[in-house]
Amino acid sequence: MTAGTAGGLTWSLRDRTPDELTLTADTVPEVPADPWAWSDGTGVRVCVVDTGVESGHPVVGPLQGSYEVTADADGAPHVVDSGPLPDGEGDGCGHGTACAGIVRRVAPGCSLYSVRVLGEGFTGTGDALLTGLRWAVDQGFDVVNLSLSTTRPKFLESLRALADQAFFTGTTLVASAHNTPVESFPWRFSSVVSVGTHREDDPGLFLYNPAPPVEFFAPGQNVRVAWTGGKTIRTTGNSFATPFIAGMCARLLGSHPKLTPFQIKHALYLSAANVTIGDPGTRGES
Amino acid sequence: MSQTHGLVPAASTAPATRPGSAERELLQSVVETARAIFGAAASSVLLHDEAAGELVFQAVSGEGEEFLVGSRFPAGRGLAGWVLVSGEPMVADDLREQGMFAKDVAEDTGYVPDALMAAPLAHHDRVLGVLEVLDPAEQSRSSLSELDLLALFARQAAAALAVVTERREEPAPAAVRARSLELVSALRDVLEGAPPRG
Repeated sequence: MTAGTAGGLTWSLRDRTPDELTLTADTVPEVPADPWAWSDGTGVRVCVVDTGVESGHPVVGPLQGSYEVTADADGAPHVVDSGPLPDGEGDGCGHGTACAGIVRRVAPGCSLYSVRVLGEGFTGTGDALLTGLRWAVDQGFDVVNLSLSTTRPKFLESLRALADQAFFTGTTLVASAHNTPVESFPWRFSSVVSVGTHREDDPGLFLYNPAPPVEFFAPGQNVRVAWTGGKTIRTTGNSFATPFIAGMCARLLGSHPKLTPFQIKHALYLSAANVTIGDPGTRGES
Repeated sequence: MSQTHGLVPAASTAPATRPGSAERELLQSVVETARAIFGAAASSVLLHDEAAGELVFQAVSGEGEEFLVGSRFPAGRGLAGWVLVSGEPMVADDLREQGMFAKDVAEDTGYVPDALMAAPLAHHDRVLGVLEVLDPAEQSRSSLSELDLLALFARQAAAALAVVTERREEPAPAAVRARSLELVSALRDVLEGAPPRG
């Protein structure tokens, strides 16, 4: 876990000395980095904020926790521990199960958690998404996979604040770009790791985008994913590239547990297949 | 189409999703065009009945067109449910091999698709429903560009649907004229009945 804002907001260094700020850090992997030489994610807590995850799916494996957003008597959303739900009730859509399965494939040793923010009961209002995401950040998960976004401007500032909170408190938020060219959030924020899909067949290939806001491209076209009923389907979309990068973050944190979100982004950048380290150039050169 | 339809008859169609003739014509045109673009076995439009929390088949071309219109199932479930709640397009393949759809949709329609593409009917920040394409031609499957095309077409369809619906909800010109005449008449009555000014 990284130094965060637990001591309250800091405006300037007035009442502490530099010695009081000492911390031990991990360095990012040496370059050239081999992401597959990183850990299998053991000891890293990954939360999938989505439609829920089917408990016991053979591709997903064990879940360490299942939570869902539900409405209280006044209709206000809040998060409850749903526990393992019966077949067919853990994930009505299949999307969250698909994402969890990809995280598990990339980082088989990680601890997986699920918080359901979409599906029956909540059909895309954004309130549930915000509630579930806030809960996940407050829990201090190491990595949060968010293969979702909202187009509603009224959630923009709340999501931006939440993404900043995650960034400063050591939760790496991996967010999916929208599949169509519309404005949506939070993937547009620089504080998150944003992901889209490339069209290559290589299931281990990921790339850095020199022209963000989408920062990384990962396998998401025609991929086989877990789905409801213990089954799998082939599908396409940024949603499925995102948990690949979330899994990579878990692998990285497993072997370098003190990395901060900005170091993780740096390590991913250096590890992307299209990034090479050359002689110092001129700023602005590609 | 959803993996867990739980279809119910058309009799319970709510007014919110009961289209007028212009909408019916538009939606039928949308599904027929979508089916032609993607060389598909079937296409359908499902609109979101927010009050009932359900998706309702409003237009179908191809497999199931004789009996699916008016059928409904819970929103927020299955592939169509995902598209509705997320506002994102979706493509799925190898469904038949996995036995998907076999339990519910096959029993209801007698047709088990192997592949499905779906895109939201999104207008401004609302998702009005879902446009589905079943068993598109092989070259249309699992491709980003085809998904982009379907999403674009769905957006255009949603915009057209919104325009038609808004026009339907506006008072017809004849009704406006009649109401104006009533008001003029009432005003004349008031003036004629009023004591002379002076």
